[in-house]
Amino acid sequence: MAARELVLRVNGVEHRGAAEPRVTLADFLRDGLGLTGTHLGCEHGVCGACTILLDGRSVRSCLMLAVQAEGHDLTTVEGLASPDGALHPIQEAFSEKHGLQCGFCTPGFLMSVHELLAHDPAPDEAEIRSWLSGNICRCTGYQNIVEAVQYAAVLQREADR
Amino acid sequence: MTATAAPGFVGQRVRRKEDARLVRGAGRFVADITVPGALHAAILRSPFAYAGITRLDVSPALAVPGVEAAFSGADLAGRVGAFIEGARREITPSLLEQVDLEVKSCPLPVLPVDEVLWFGQPVAVVVARDRYAAEDGLEAVEVDYDPRTALPDAESALADGAPVLHPELRDNVAARLFISSGDVDAAFAAAPHVLRERFTFGRHAANAMETRSVQASYDAGRNELTVWITNPRPHLIRLNLSQMLGLPLENVRVLAPDIGGSFGTGLFAEDALIPFLALALGRPVRWTEDRQESLAMTRHARDQVHDLELAYDDEGRILALRDRFLVDAGAYNAYAVTVSYNTAAHLRGQYGIDTFSIEGLNVVTTKAPVAPVRGAGRPEAVFALDRAFDLIAVDRGLDPAEIRRRNLIRPDEMPRAMGMPYRDGKEMVYDSGDFPAQLEQALEAFGYDELRAQQAAWRAEGRLVGVGISSYVEGSGFGPFEGAVVRLDQQGNVHVVTGAKPHGQGLETTLAQVCADEFGVPFDRVTVTTGDTALIQYGIGTFASRSAVTAGTAVGVAAGRLRTKVLAVAAELLEASPADLELTTDGVAARDVGRGVSYEEIHAAAAPGPRNRTPEGLAPGLEEQYYFVPPTVTFASGTHVASVEVDVETGFVRVLRYLTVDDCGQMLNPMIVEGQIQGGVAHGIGTALFEEALYDEDCQLLTGSYMDYLLPTADEVPPIEVGHQVFLSDLNPFGIKGCGEGGAVSPPAAIANAVVDALRPLHINVNRVPLRPEALLDLIRQAKAATIGGQKEGEG
Repeated sequence: MAARELVLRVNGVEHRGAAEPRVTLADFLRDGLGLTGTHLGCEHGVCGACTILLDGRSVRSCLMLAVQAEGHDLTTVEGLASPDGALHPIQEAFSEKHGLQCGFCTPGFLMSVHELLAHDPAPDEAEIRSWLSGNICRCTGYQNIVEAVQYAAVLQREADR
Repeated sequence: MTATAAPGFVGQRVRRKEDARLVRGAGRFVADITVPGALHAAILRSPFAYAGITRLDVSPALAVPGVEAAFSGADLAGRVGAFIEGARREITPSLLEQVDLEVKSCPLPVLPVDEVLWFGQPVAVVVARDRYAAEDGLEAVEVDYDPRTALPDAESALADGAPVLHPELRDNVAARLFISSGDVDAAFAAAPHVLRERFTFGRHAANAMETRSVQASYDAGRNELTVWITNPRPHLIRLNLSQMLGLPLENVRVLAPDIGGSFGTGLFAEDALIPFLALALGRPVRWTEDRQESLAMTRHARDQVHDLELAYDDEGRILALRDRFLVDAGAYNAYAVTVSYNTAAHLRGQYGIDTFSIEGLNVVTTKAPVAPVRGAGRPEAVFALDRAFDLIAVDRGLDPAEIRRRNLIRPDEMPRAMGMPYRDGKEMVYDSGDFPAQLEQALEAFGYDELRAQQAAWRAEGRLVGVGISSYVEGSGFGPFEGAVVRLDQQGNVHVVTGAKPHGQGLETTLAQVCADEFGVPFDRVTVTTGDTALIQYGIGTFASRSAVTAGTAVGVAAGRLRTKVLAVAAELLEASPADLELTTDGVAARDVGRGVSYEEIHAAAAPGPRNRTPEGLAPGLEEQYYFVPPTVTFASGTHVASVEVDVETGFVRVLRYLTVDDCGQMLNPMIVEGQIQGGVAHGIGTALFEEALYDEDCQLLTGSYMDYLLPTADEVPPIEVGHQVFLSDLNPFGIKGCGEGGAVSPPAAIANAVVDALRPLHINVNRVPLRPEALLDLIRQAKAATIGGQKEGEG
């Protein structure tokens, strides 16, 4: 199958690459661009580990083809921290509240939470739990993740002040 | 020089070292590592549970663009040996002397030659330039199968006339254990009451979020094989590969980088197949399991049926226990009696039942082989016994809390011998704890009495709310050993290497806390490396809630010895007594004198050579190695209380509250302990209510995706309230007990008891988990039908 040229922006940087039309966006990010922070947990759109932002909206990168992302602006977990290395408030909060154990599902959670807080800067617990029901974590029991989201919201509001 | 304050990191809620990389997406899981030039493997799997392979031709795959090679079982014959039956070989002679135990040999083949024994069993492998091309190649492989009648459960495999799956086993019983103490028959004959009940625990699957990955690279010039693998037992993998592929042990290096969960152990065909391909092709080869493959065969577990009998008196005191249970081991019983012995050893839990007989059979069937998974035989035992306790409570008119009070082992009995050996062959003794206080603490914290008082009012409103109790003990810190190498560098940083291999438990943090305290440096000066067989000669790995106990102790002892040595060298340089010296951020200072030496100077003096100043009797170098050999397991324990609300229209069970009180001895990091417990409880809630690896009567897998195998999400798991007791273990110098699995042990029992309690007006019995909504609806319908039928009979 012939590869197709594509151009997309990832974490603020323009990338030119080539992918067969059947290659998923997740595989292209990981294998084509070396952005291995986006993880594949189920490859059928349930677990949410591969969640990234496409033009600011969360998508499952395992359910999209790379060629469909042509011309779009993507954010992956590698794009969360500042260029100087400082953690994003969501990353900071997940570590502070022990919202991760093995860390495999974490990038997907961070991206989903990013979208949640952009949409509602002060979500309550029920909203958080409902929003995150598209991401599966086998390690934490979710409680510390919920606390991390609440804490991230506080950190983000403080940063915005 | 500034003196450092006594660090005291153990017991603190120290933020994890692992997080810095993991929250950035900078963790390194096996699939994130690419050896340049690596080819991709894809595996053809059996579409039948039980079938003869009448023809298998991989050669058409070679014509597919991008495909480089393809192999079948016949191609591997004589080139790859069999897996070591580690669990069978590790059974100690002393255990065999004390217990009636039979374990038959039947090793798992890497690829089968003439028959398949479960849906999803690897049959052939295609290697190509990328995974897409490799999967194209699979489509071209030609296989003819001759399907046979499947054996879907242990009872069908034991039935007269059932085909024998492995002729070398002679029948379908792969292992058997029998343990007893006291005159059981006499106790039953004399008892005023006997409960007989069958309890079934469905098939579970571990479902770590990272699927398994193996990558291998062979350097022919040096005859060296390097393997990256998602497995918490890298040293065991190295030993297997060395023997299976005929390489010197030290020429095999196994690396287990970050692991995304695991929740169990296990050796799998791909663990040897991918390294074989790297050797055979002289090219690096990589493979990552997809979720469908994982759901079909990776770490299936549980699948037990218990026929339990309890003899008891009028007051509900248990007089004797008799249990016969079957483990559906799947096609190969790779773990000997690891799980079934755990079940037997933990069946009596916190209760003082001294007259008992337990028989367990591991039966082979045409399903995926099972593995030890979080709890490893304990959830099944606890489910059976704690459900039975509630049934007896109903019979005796007692509250479920009261029947437990009457049977718990008392604190004045501790340490309490349990009348049988543990799996390591040592006498099984509960070393410390106060079970009655644990129960009362849990009930008090839960507001048990208040909930009971409220329950009637809720019922009157039509709300069916119930509360359930369960408790467990857990032999933790299983041996035979774990080790650590602790090293000091020129800048005063301490580096720890251990053979233990975490898969999310935060061991880099907790071991650094121990090291910081025992050596006497700040926590941020310590780094911990795991998962590399080149760095430490022996290692066991993660299972049996063992790493904090065994590796924690090893690190603590090694770090303390290194401190002693550093002070000895510094004392030599400062011409002072080690007792007058203290560690600082820069080096070692003589107290009250204002003199000191830097770590760089100490290092120079410790290095071998003409300038060596290491005191007489000490070897050069600033490195200590220590292997901790625990005398036996140390018993952690816990009590869980759950409340649930049942929707009788849908059969859905909502867990309203979940509370635990555990004793895991000295907590190295309470934040991590609580995370382990909360995660374990969530795992247990899934086990109790949602998750089941289901097969149809032909042993076709029905749960091949996450649309069918349901994992709990943030919507189903309530906040989990965690309380502690602390009874230090006497079996290691730091008083540690394990905590990794306990959270997952009691939820099926506690939730089942709560559901029965909620539906008390209907008198349902839950003797099978998972209690998926459709199963509960069936029970509710049957109960209603029986009630109506009963009324009619009464009226007639």
